[in-house]
Amino acid sequence: MNAPVLTDVEQEKDSRHGRERLVVIGNGMAGCRAVEEILARDADRYAITIFGAEPRVNYDRIMLSPVLAGDKSFEEIIINDQSWYDDNEIELVSGDAIIAIKRDAKEVVSASGRVTPYDRLLIATGSDPFIIPVPGHKLPGVITFRDLDDVDKMLTAAETGGNAVVIGGGLLGLEAAHGLSLRGMKVTVLHLMPTLMERQLDEAAGFLLRSELERRGQTIITQADTAEIMGDSHVTGVKLKDGTEIDADLVVMAVGIKPSINLAKLAELEVERGIVVDDDMVTSDPAILAVGECVQHRGACYGLVAPLWEMCRALADFMTSAPSGYVGSVTATKLKVSGINLFSAGDFSGGDDTEDIVMRDASRGVYKRVVVKGDRLIGAVLYGDTVDGNWYFDLLKRQEDISDIREALIFGQAFASGGATLDPDSAVAALSLDAEICGCNGVTKGQVVACIDGGANDLDSVRSGCKASASCGSCTGLVESLLSISLGEDYGGARTVTPMCQCTSFTHEDVRRNILEKELKSIPQVMQELHWTTPDGCASCRPALNYYLLCAWPTEHEEDPQSRFVNERMHANIQKDGTYSVIPRMWGGITTSDELRAIADAADKYEARLVKVTGGQRLDIFGIKKEDLPSIWADLNAAGMVSGHAYGKALRTVKTCVGSEWCRFGTQDSTGLGIKAEQMTWGSWMPHKFKIAVSGCPRNCAEASIKDLGIICVDSGYELSVGGNGGIHLRGTDFLCKVETEEAALEYIAAFVQLYREEARYLDRTAPWVERVGMDYIKGRIVEDEPGRKALQERFLFAQSVHQKDPWAERVAGAESHLHKHIAEIRPFAILEPA
Amino acid sequence: MMVEAKWIDIGPVEQLPALGARTLPVQGGQEIAIFRTATGSIHALANKCPHKDGPLSQGMVHDTSVTCPLHNWRISLLTGEALGEDKGCVPVIPVKIDAGRIYIERVAALAGVA
Repeated sequence: MNAPVLTDVEQEKDSRHGRERLVVIGNGMAGCRAVEEILARDADRYAITIFGAEPRVNYDRIMLSPVLAGDKSFEEIIINDQSWYDDNEIELVSGDAIIAIKRDAKEVVSASGRVTPYDRLLIATGSDPFIIPVPGHKLPGVITFRDLDDVDKMLTAAETGGNAVVIGGGLLGLEAAHGLSLRGMKVTVLHLMPTLMERQLDEAAGFLLRSELERRGQTIITQADTAEIMGDSHVTGVKLKDGTEIDADLVVMAVGIKPSINLAKLAELEVERGIVVDDDMVTSDPAILAVGECVQHRGACYGLVAPLWEMCRALADFMTSAPSGYVGSVTATKLKVSGINLFSAGDFSGGDDTEDIVMRDASRGVYKRVVVKGDRLIGAVLYGDTVDGNWYFDLLKRQEDISDIREALIFGQAFASGGATLDPDSAVAALSLDAEICGCNGVTKGQVVACIDGGANDLDSVRSGCKASASCGSCTGLVESLLSISLGEDYGGARTVTPMCQCTSFTHEDVRRNILEKELKSIPQVMQELHWTTPDGCASCRPALNYYLLCAWPTEHEEDPQSRFVNERMHANIQKDGTYSVIPRMWGGITTSDELRAIADAADKYEARLVKVTGGQRLDIFGIKKEDLPSIWADLNAAGMVSGHAYGKALRTVKTCVGSEWCRFGTQDSTGLGIKAEQMTWGSWMPHKFKIAVSGCPRNCAEASIKDLGIICVDSGYELSVGGNGGIHLRGTDFLCKVETEEAALEYIAAFVQLYREEARYLDRTAPWVERVGMDYIKGRIVEDEPGRKALQERFLFAQSVHQKDPWAERVAGAESHLHKHIAEIRPFAILEPA
Repeated sequence: MMVEAKWIDIGPVEQLPALGARTLPVQGGQEIAIFRTATGSIHALANKCPHKDGPLSQGMVHDTSVTCPLHNWRISLLTGEALGEDKGCVPVIPVKIDAGRIYIERVAALAGVA
């Protein structure tokens, strides 16, 4: 049975006799390209036989997406038809996979039992789709996206419409989703990571891509961990680990590929992740070579087409006795989804010695980021405008010195190649007169220049004269360049405003205004629309943006826990030794014996090293480990206590004195009002911490005159004052007004807190804010404008209806539990035997 | 018998939130902080700021740096060096990702274990 079975074809091909026998396993892109390259160098050297598992000729696998989307037919993606095999005297054995390599005998055995001898063997088995082994992954209706059969199955499924779930938001998954969506299916994409195509895109570009796909009707769920695929005889849906269920008539698994190495492994060739090859693409057996996605070269495996071409060239050089050596590839990616322009190449993970140059154009939906290291370009991500992708890729591959064109690099090839030394001003000078400067108001360069020629000599006069830069303000830099070019030395220079941080030229006020006007509801959206110059902000703008968004859109904003300071993320105060202190709320400074007992028990149980009475009239339990936080909170919750928010930019305490109930000087129930005020305001996030105090008489035992909001009770009512601070800069409160009833006091408190929430800069206490805007302004908004005050109160109470919940209880119930657990633990001695 | 592999498997990548961190205590040694950046790259540092030992795992991650929660020192996740005006360095522990799992280099992870 082991004797070679010669076919008629082989016996006929006399011209093949006497040549070295080359057998190629794999009729895919790599195998055929390798053969083409060899033939081009020496057409008569080898007698070639190609085995393919698929029953068809060689086609362009990367064009499967356009076939699925209906942009191309199968015939159009055939690379080599039957005549190519015939003309080159190549024997094609399709539909008969090789199942074993006998290295000693130098033979391969196919599934049908056919044995073929070789002198040289080329393995080009490519890769297999990765299947997540969740329950139900073998159900009918669950497919991968790898070959034409898969495309046929998708097309058949799409004929009846229905729901498709694509697992995997990488290149392949998104192309499958796009095709299915165009074919009329309702598509949901599940992606494990937070960012689509996270290996090729940064967060900003991923956000734009996601928004566009959602606009096209796809549902995108990120951080979606598939638990099981549901169905009895056919798939009916997908269930996620968080319990979400999604209906599905078709499930496409496109989570990745793995090199197909089984044959090589069985033949005992050296394999790791892929078949290990040297620079000539030779495996550990000198007679056997390998090429394409199945190989591992210098530790790297590739899943893109460009490296494959480079490997094939090196392989052909070697096989025709002119070895050149393959040195590895730099890869670039483009998404083949019509209407979405996206390009990514090289390394854009950043680093200390790298510099990001970012350009965003919100009106055109463009995001460009190039990463420079020293004088070299090392990475690029482009979204929306990819015309310069190839140019960047070329600079990157050739490691060209870009120091001369650095300033203009981000503007693209046409521009950067235009002149020798370029600064941003000359970039603007080079723009044509009808180039648009201000996208919001549609103002051209010509109009701005005319406005300047007409007498405008600073930013404000340009803004009022022609409206350029008067809306979102993102073109301010361009307008200032034009002022500088047109006026020369007569230009007084850029205005002095303090931007929010180094990531932006916008001020806090600009950002907040834009969040409302443009209805921005997530941090990446703000960064894109407002042209952030860094990919993911910094430790100073991220918490501010998170706050501005939750303040502007209490029910709609996308909370980002990673943009909270540690104390707000952990709902406890970090101490210098890395442990935490825990402060339960004591309403108005009042406690009970039961609460005290629970606190004492908790202090014992969690080995607190200190319990201290705070300045805000409550108890602080020190030295709690982050792992113990959820359980101490559970214990305190059980005794009826909630988080004191002593860690937050939020309402801290309402300090009170005992008031008319006990004190012989007390004029009103200051304790009662304090408790009411605390119950109304607790849990609200603010620009900074916020303290209230209520004193029962002008002796002011509760120290109300150094609080953000102080109330002093008098016989005839309540005196409200604001903007005090007992911190580094001691500041007494300014008198706001006097009211007669508790109800009125609460209304004014709510209105003042909301005005502060809406208008102060993040990390401004009330004192500097009050000084900046002035008491007249605050009285105008709170005291003199009754409808305005009531509207502020209403907005505050609405926000409270959303935010006023005990974060401890949520954590106890299991929210964000990973924050309190170690990822793992290393115990080096646990497994050591005693000597 | 102790298995002397070069790398220690500490679990799947998705246990780490993007722009977040988790801790890895080492018995008898120094606690390690494992970080994940926006682009998905994974880094490990000793969980101690060179300034005043602040737990870096609780800081804010942005780009390839982390800002210490105690006094806002910015530490590079790549080199462990303090950035900007500040001077100091924290040990970097080599990590690698294979098939979606995080591996940490044994020798570096056990550095300082008595």
